[in-house]
Amino acid sequence: MAAHAPTGRPNQLFRNLNAKIASIPMMLVALVIFLGGTLWTVFYSFTNSRLLPRLNFVGLDQYERLWASSRWIISIQNLAIYGILSLIFSLVIGFMLAALMDQKIRFENAFRTIFLYPFALSFIVTGLVWQWVLNPEFGIQSVIRSLGWTSFAFDPLYDPDIVIYGILIAALWQGTGLVMCLMLAGLRGIDEDIWKAARVDGIPMWKTYLLIIIPMMRPVFITTLVIIASGIVKVYDLVVAQTSGGPGNASEVPAKYVYDYMFQAQNLGQGFAASTMMLLTVAIIVVPWAYLEFGGRKRG
Amino acid sequence: MANISTLNTTAAGFDAVSSRLASGPSGRKPRRMLSTRNIVLYGTLTVAALYYLLPLYVMVVTSLKGMPEVRLGNIFSPPMEITFEPWVKAWAQACTGLNCDGLSRGFWNSVRILVPSVVVSIAVASVSGYALANWRFKGAELFFSILIIGAFIPYQVMIYPIVIVLRELGIYGTLTGLVIVHTIFGMPILTLLFRNYFASLPVELFKAARIDGAGFWQIYFRIMLPMSLPIFVVAMILQVTGIWNDFLFGVVFTRPDTYPMTVQLNNIVNSVQGVKEYNVNMAATLLTGAVPLIVYFLSGRLFVRGIAAGAVKG
Repeated sequence: MAAHAPTGRPNQLFRNLNAKIASIPMMLVALVIFLGGTLWTVFYSFTNSRLLPRLNFVGLDQYERLWASSRWIISIQNLAIYGILSLIFSLVIGFMLAALMDQKIRFENAFRTIFLYPFALSFIVTGLVWQWVLNPEFGIQSVIRSLGWTSFAFDPLYDPDIVIYGILIAALWQGTGLVMCLMLAGLRGIDEDIWKAARVDGIPMWKTYLLIIIPMMRPVFITTLVIIASGIVKVYDLVVAQTSGGPGNASEVPAKYVYDYMFQAQNLGQGFAASTMMLLTVAIIVVPWAYLEFGGRKRG
Repeated sequence: MANISTLNTTAAGFDAVSSRLASGPSGRKPRRMLSTRNIVLYGTLTVAALYYLLPLYVMVVTSLKGMPEVRLGNIFSPPMEITFEPWVKAWAQACTGLNCDGLSRGFWNSVRILVPSVVVSIAVASVSGYALANWRFKGAELFFSILIIGAFIPYQVMIYPIVIVLRELGIYGTLTGLVIVHTIFGMPILTLLFRNYFASLPVELFKAARIDGAGFWQIYFRIMLPMSLPIFVVAMILQVTGIWNDFLFGVVFTRPDTYPMTVQLNNIVNSVQGVKEYNVNMAATLLTGAVPLIVYFLSGRLFVRGIAAGAVKG
């Protein structure tokens, strides 16, 4: 029960005392971990900590070393390719599947269940399955070769130039179902009258989608975009399971760089600098979105 | 008798038809089943469905073959001789490092991690969401905003500070530590989920309870909890699949003998020593994926609701 002072105005601090006590975990997590932890990492990224965090400032040395490292450059390139392609493909595929599902089809539930089930699986399972399906000796390549096309070559997991596309295929398999679900929810939220009006005006269906429906679904697209994008930056387990960063370090990603430097190479400073760069990437994506979404709403 | 009744129905049918003819066409124009549109529509959907089902099929098929057959055939052909040996081996004999007691160890570790993590994270988040929805106090929204923004921060940024905190508390590497980590990272999404749900309940109920003299906990346990079973189920689905599928926290915050199933699976399949036994690997992968898959297939629409709730920020 909320404690009330017996007379006069209740003390502000003790108003809702129970609610405040119950919210202590939330406050601790928000302040100590999310805010404090982030600041701590950024702060220590300017030190030369190795095995243990040490307050020995070296300015931007860690960042210079980071951007001079070929492994980090590869990681960033991979993240860029993987990120841009998986954004485009998952939005396009997800939207097209949703548009097909929205045609008042039969077996909608069955189709949805099939498209979405990979999303329930972990990235480890996803990575390992696709490692097997893309196995050059037994997988798709050998099956197509045995059908008569003997020169067929599709070996993404052992070819440094295209390994990131192998990971992309697996990631799309796992994640497009979610995009489809979000898009479908967006499509269902559109007034039936819009469709009727478009039909009366004789606008072809693809044009209606492109010029009317998609602009109307802008909020859904933006939310989906932010969700996919913040997931992309975190990609780690998929790469660990599917390729372990190989062949060589052709499929390294930033999250793996951070983990390896923090917990294996005993070079904390590098790990902190790399993770701060990850934070920066996310901030570049999320801050404009948050500004548009929440800043705009207040004005409107 | 039979004749008369047939006659009657025919007559009735004729009446219906004639009256319908009189009032003109009604209802929808019947659509042909095999129009070009339908063929394209269902064709595309079926092809897409096959793409999504293919890996699952390959997993099942491979895990039921013996190794000689795996080496000979292609990955899509059904097993000629079904054997469950790979499953037995994956469960009870597969090796990670020096331990050769199979995935069962990882499975039980995961269960031991899962149960307290799900219970604690949901308990903490539901109470926080309840406080945010019904007992607003100054500054609460600020903490909540930090929490939501925190959901976008890459885990890698916060992992090391957490390691230090847990080490200082003396619980780094223990089950308690991992439960706390899962509670922390489940918090943003779950708190949002519960806050929005509790805020959508009629506020009169809450006010009536307050007038009757019920306090914070009494209202939570007697009114809010019994009314919000669906959202608790949604939160549970979210957490069970999320925590079971976790890999990063498992690697960072546990020791090798308490590794969760995903970590152990990765170590088994990607170990460099020994001959690769693809059938055992696939059986192990299926075993690890089984728990979230079962949750998914049993929960159906609730799962979709859970991720939609997780996706659409209020």
